[in-house]
Amino acid sequence: MTPDTTQVKIGEVGVTLHRAGNGPKLLFLHGAGGYTQWLPFFDALAERYEVLVPEHPGFGASDDPAFIRNVPDMAMFYLDFLETLGLDNAHVVGHSLGGWIAAEILIRDRARAKSLTLLAPAGIRVEGVPSGDTFIWNTEETARNLFHDQAYADILLALKPSDAQMEVMLKNRFTATKLGWQPRWFNPDLEKWLHRIKLPALVVWGKEDKVMPAAYAARWRARLPDARVVTIEQCGHLPHVEKLDDMIGSVRDFLGGAAR
Amino acid sequence: MKFISFHLMPYRPLDFAAAAKHRSAWVVLPNSLYDPVKGAEEYAAYIDFLADCERLGFDGIGVNEHHQNAYGMMPAPNLIASALIQRTKTVKIAILGRALPIQSNPIFIAEEYAMLDNLSKGRIICGFVRGIGAEYHSTGINPYFSHERFHEAHDLIVQAWTKPGPFPFEGQHYNIRYVNLWPRPYQQPHPPIWIPSQGSTETVVWAADPARKYPFLVTFSSTDLVIRYLNTYRDQARKFGYEPEPGQFGWACPVYVAETDEQARAEAGRAIETLFNNYLRMPLEMLVPPGYTSQASMRAFLKLRTAVGGRVSTADELIASGTALIGSVATVRAKIEEVRDKTGLGILLPMLQFGILSDELARRNIERFAAEIMPQLRR
Repeated sequence: MTPDTTQVKIGEVGVTLHRAGNGPKLLFLHGAGGYTQWLPFFDALAERYEVLVPEHPGFGASDDPAFIRNVPDMAMFYLDFLETLGLDNAHVVGHSLGGWIAAEILIRDRARAKSLTLLAPAGIRVEGVPSGDTFIWNTEETARNLFHDQAYADILLALKPSDAQMEVMLKNRFTATKLGWQPRWFNPDLEKWLHRIKLPALVVWGKEDKVMPAAYAARWRARLPDARVVTIEQCGHLPHVEKLDDMIGSVRDFLGGAAR
Repeated sequence: MKFISFHLMPYRPLDFAAAAKHRSAWVVLPNSLYDPVKGAEEYAAYIDFLADCERLGFDGIGVNEHHQNAYGMMPAPNLIASALIQRTKTVKIAILGRALPIQSNPIFIAEEYAMLDNLSKGRIICGFVRGIGAEYHSTGINPYFSHERFHEAHDLIVQAWTKPGPFPFEGQHYNIRYVNLWPRPYQQPHPPIWIPSQGSTETVVWAADPARKYPFLVTFSSTDLVIRYLNTYRDQARKFGYEPEPGQFGWACPVYVAETDEQARAEAGRAIETLFNNYLRMPLEMLVPPGYTSQASMRAFLKLRTAVGGRVSTADELIASGTALIGSVATVRAKIEEVRDKTGLGILLPMLQFGILSDELARRNIERFAAEIMPQLRR
């Protein structure tokens, strides 16, 4: 499926928005690597939902406003986004950094959301279980640590990005640094408010995730009022890419149930 | 020309074979490789070496700040400066510099510099730097905000030195209701501020601004880059409508002088290679984390991949490019004169001990430099 790509204005900020499918609205919030392409995961969701994938401010082709200095700012921005686009009863799905942003949005205001799906989310810390240091890894280490099945890493490493793609990768990396460097990939003030997210929630984690350890799933389940956890065997940090077939059923069932 | 004898205080007893197993001698090099008994001897030898610079006729002694590495044992350069104040009478003590953005509260930098200025009765020169990329890994400070924090910390420190207190400082990163420095600096309005840099245009423009006219020191670069950066500063000053003084142009580089070029190369070759290839070796992810440089500079970095320490350099290459001045008196003097004639260079900061260079060779080097290079260039 080819998404419809438009530029929407949220206040003064231009946001690139990819969308496809029909049905209830589903907002996908991407991770620190940015939006690279329309994924088979989005296609699978677009069979039943209208899938909206914005590129966060500071990522990809979206504007990079100076007033967004941290993830709470990003969450406030997305409240404007939801209001401007008139999204209601939206299923919110977030991967990694996007999961963190989703949680920060919903502790502030969950009125426009129907459910929350988190794929290996950042945002909290479990003491003694550090996240991977994505900032010290080189390109090869990053690719290898993202996936359990190294065939995916090999594919990623064989890609020769164009100058334009390199530019986007740099931009994404700068914004990821702004948002995630200190404290490393979490907000100490998030966890204590997770009880505010009184919505059905699904937490999906690859058991061999080297970026955000799977041990974090139990903490999310404990803090979210209504969450279940699905752990995917032999899977790294991108379950929706590496093990789509193993996880899509759980996501569909969850979203279908939550929609009742 | 003024001469500042500059030192990094490398940890020479490093087990290089063990260190090579790690991605750098910075950030992740296990500190079990540091032996405090040997380290204490290093400090003693280096402080003797620096204190003796007064007798040898140097205008100043230079120390600097680097964190959590084997490259330089001075995470707190103020402590070394304080020791040197007690060992000297007239020589300037240049701290080149303190890394402003990685401090949580720059008031402490303002206070400590002011104390040192009082203790030395006005012999302190203050370097302001941002630290190197690795230090954002070591301290956790977000490199994305490095420039912002640098400028804000600079403003806070200068105001703390010059504005009658108490006054409030209202910043983005630093907010202090009562800024009221005790003691105030000895030198009025404040100690000289120098800016060591690797030559970013942004820094040049800022340092050359008529409101500041901060001396600009190019560090660890090939001679052609030193000439280019110093002339960028001159051009910028002229754009601002003034002619800069020689005292606004500085160059810091490793220097080794011997009887002949061959002897110098034989005595210092291995030491200079350890400086660049062992002590300074680090991957780009450490050297230039995002935001430490602009996106444009980062792009250039990724294309060039010729960062200092980014690849293995031979002594011959470092000598040929003029990154290190290693040779006979005539050779070294000619090179300095060349840079002076092309740039108006007024401050040379020779690093006369570097890498694993022994105390004995460093001693011979500094005496020869002081006796046979400095007097001629002062004329």
